[in-house]
This record gives sequence, structure tokens and C-alpha cells, in this order.
Amino acid sequence: MIRLNLPLTDEVRISLNAGDQLLLTGYLYTGRDAAHKLMVESIQAKQPLPMPIQGESIYYTGPTPAKPGFVIGSCGPTSSYRMDVYSIPLMEKGLKVMIGKGPRSDEFIQSLIKNQAVYLVTTGGIGALLSKRVKKMEIIAFPHLQSEAIYRLFVEDFPVIVAYDSKGNVLFSK
Amino acid sequence: MRKIERKNLVDAIEKMIIDANMNLDLKMVIRLKLAMEKENSPVAKSILSEIIENQDIARDQSIPMCQDTGVAVFFVDIGNQIFLDFNLEDAINESVRNAYNNGYLRKSVVNHPLERKNTMDNTPAIIHIKQVISDNICVLMAAKGAGSENMSAMKMLTPSAGRQGIIDFVLKTVIDAGGRACPPIIIGLGIGGNFEKVTEIAKEAIFRDLDDQAINPIDRALEIDLLEQVNNLDIGPMGLKGNTTCIAVKVNSYPCHIASLPVAVNIQCHAARHKEIILRGELI
Repeated sequence: MIRLNLPLTDEVRISLNAGDQLLLTGYLYTGRDAAHKLMVESIQAKQPLPMPIQGESIYYTGPTPAKPGFVIGSCGPTSSYRMDVYSIPLMEKGLKVMIGKGPRSDEFIQSLIKNQAVYLVTTGGIGALLSKRVKKMEIIAFPHLQSEAIYRLFVEDFPVIVAYDSKGNVLFSK
Repeated sequence: MRKIERKNLVDAIEKMIIDANMNLDLKMVIRLKLAMEKENSPVAKSILSEIIENQDIARDQSIPMCQDTGVAVFFVDIGNQIFLDFNLEDAINESVRNAYNNGYLRKSVVNHPLERKNTMDNTPAIIHIKQVISDNICVLMAAKGAGSENMSAMKMLTPSAGRQGIIDFVLKTVIDAGGRACPPIIIGLGIGGNFEKVTEIAKEAIFRDLDDQAINPIDRALEIDLLEQVNNLDIGPMGLKGNTTCIAVKVNSYPCHIASLPVAVNIQCHAARHKEIILRGELI
């Protein structure tokens, strides 16, 4: 396990290898299908994005509502492949770290290599465990999307595995 | 005759939905622990360990084990000796509405596949009702997430494809799903019937008790062979390689047309949230 702070520096990010197990501390933005669609529509309309994205990290999750006294509800990763078409324009705008689950398209990998970004995975279906690693949660954009809105999370020791490194090495089974 | 009061049924089903989301079947927990001991890959071992720790946290703190608290799916067997003075589907939907709101569960249902407005209470549920000879109502419920459901598949094979055609289709479906279906998975395989029947029996298969084995020897042999072949694919927990891809294969079959061989593979992720309750009501 390698402990790292977010946002990852260029040097650290480029040195990561597929298969590395990391514990991340710092800020992540959440976003999934609906928020990605709206962000890419903003890019196409030459409008600003709701948050600065250069060098940042997006975690694909739509949490359950937090119980009273809890920071966040269950918050595991959703399947990343649905975000493939949206991730490419976001990487062009400077997004460097994406966290989700499962494999992604060839087009995504090509863009990832070009932009020296990394794709990390965390275990699907462990939203209760991951909720304990989230220390702060604030809404950033699209509150009407409810659980699909963009939130900013402060995480401590958030467990991830490097699935695709910036050189395009892939951890998944063929 | 026995009568079940609407409120009793609504409350009992609300409770079972919340329970299913927070308390993983202990038989599943045992199988995950056994799988972890047998895993050789350190990454696979650590993922299985996280899954086991997660369900402990969910159980202890009463929070959903997975954020995708799914679409609520029901199979209801209603006994011929049961009298209801209300609409059963409406009552079940009321339970769903109450459970998803009161239990802090995520609302994951949209009103129309293209309009996509959240219904805000996770209704409507998917409900299958069957009449049986008994003096009770048996309700089976699953919180079925989209990760594994999206990776499920059906195909109308022709009879000449035979047993090997079924096996090839199952393996292809599991390979295509890879890590997306949140393995280790449970496979519900339906064979026979027709276009809609085969998907329904595949779904029913994932509701079967983990220890349950198909009675028909042809179906049982498929369960055994498929479990072995799927676990030899080296997909592993979350698709990151390993020998734990599948925890169980359940095969349900049904008679079919002389020209047909329908096959359906319904995939269940490791967060297999299923519950069963039996309601008897009062003698009238």
C-alpha cells in the first residue's frame, strides 16, 4: 500500500504502475452519468465547468442519502465504461485521475495515454466501508441531480488500485 | 380462509427491503470467506477481504452495503386460502416507497427510459405474482443493482446448439461482463420456455437458496460444469484476475417449442441482497 496525497503531482502520477495499491488522502469530486453529460455540454457550449478540473480527480459514485449524524451514505464506485465518451473531452480539459470500477474502451485508453492521466479502481459493492473514509462532503453543482450531483469529498486513506497507468498498462484480465 | 391486513403486509415488506440492503445472507458471507482462503492472488485476496469487512460495517451500523440499492424485485406466491381486500401490487409499491425513504436508500428509478426523471421513491417495483396451493403468502425480494443487471443477456438459440451452445453463451456473457458485474457473481441461468419465460426463470434462479441444487439431473450437471468453467476464466474479484469469479450457478429449466432453445443469463453481483418472508394473517 502506497499512501498518497491528492491532487497527485505530475511526477507521482506518471510514476504509478498498473497493479499499485494506493491509499489516497485529499479532495475528490464525485460525478456519474448525468453530471458528466452536463459537464460535456458546458464544454461544447464553451461555458466554464462547475469546478476547476486541471490536475483534479473524479470519483464515479452516487451515494445513498446520509443517515443523521453520518457524513455520507454508502458510496461505492459505479461502472466506469458508461463515462468513457465523456471522459475524453474532460481529459482534454485537464482531468488527470478517474476512479470507478471495471474496464474501459480502447478510445478511452488512447486519450488517457495522450493526456498522461490514470484510471484507478476501487471495489464495487463496498460502499459502507468506503463511507468511513469520507470525512467531509459538500455540494458543488447540479443539486437537482440528487445523488448524481457533483459533490466535493475529503477522503482519508481511500483504497484504490491502479487499473490503467499513464503508459497504458492494463491490470484487468483479458 | 385467512385474511392478511394491508398495513401488516406493507410494514413487513418495508422491513424486509431495509433488512436486505444492510444484512448480507450469512451463507454468502461464509462462501466469500472460504473463497478468500483459497485465493492465490494478493489483489484478489485483498478485494475479498474488503467485501467481507464491508458487510460487517453495513450490518453493524445499519447502512446499505452498496450505494446501488437497486430496483426492488419481488416474486410473490399467494396461497389459495389467502384473502386480500386490497390490491397487492399497490401495497408492495407502498412498502417500496416507505423503505427507500425511511431506510435512507438511494432512489434509482426513472419514470421513462428516455425522459429519465427520477420517480423519487424508487417505485415502481418489478412484481411477479403467482397463485399456489397454501395458506400463506411467501414474498421473495431482491434489491437488484444495475451493474450486474446491465451485463445480463438472453438469446434464442436453435435446438442444434444444444448443451455446448448454452455453455458457450454463458461463458461469453461472463467474459463480456468482466469486472463490470462486480464479481464474484452468482449466475442465474434460464433455459427453455419462450422469449419472456426464460428471462423470468433466470431471474428466479438467482433468488434460490445458495445451498439449493437443481433437482433435474441435466440442470444439476450444468450447474456443476459451469461453476468450474467460469472459475477457470481467471476473471477474478472485480475482474482483476483470480480464481473466484463465481460463487454459485443456479439453473432453472422449462419446456419449450420444438424449434426453440431460449437461454437467459441473469447475473447477480456479490452484494446479493435477497430476503424471504412468509405472512399467514388471521383465520376468518
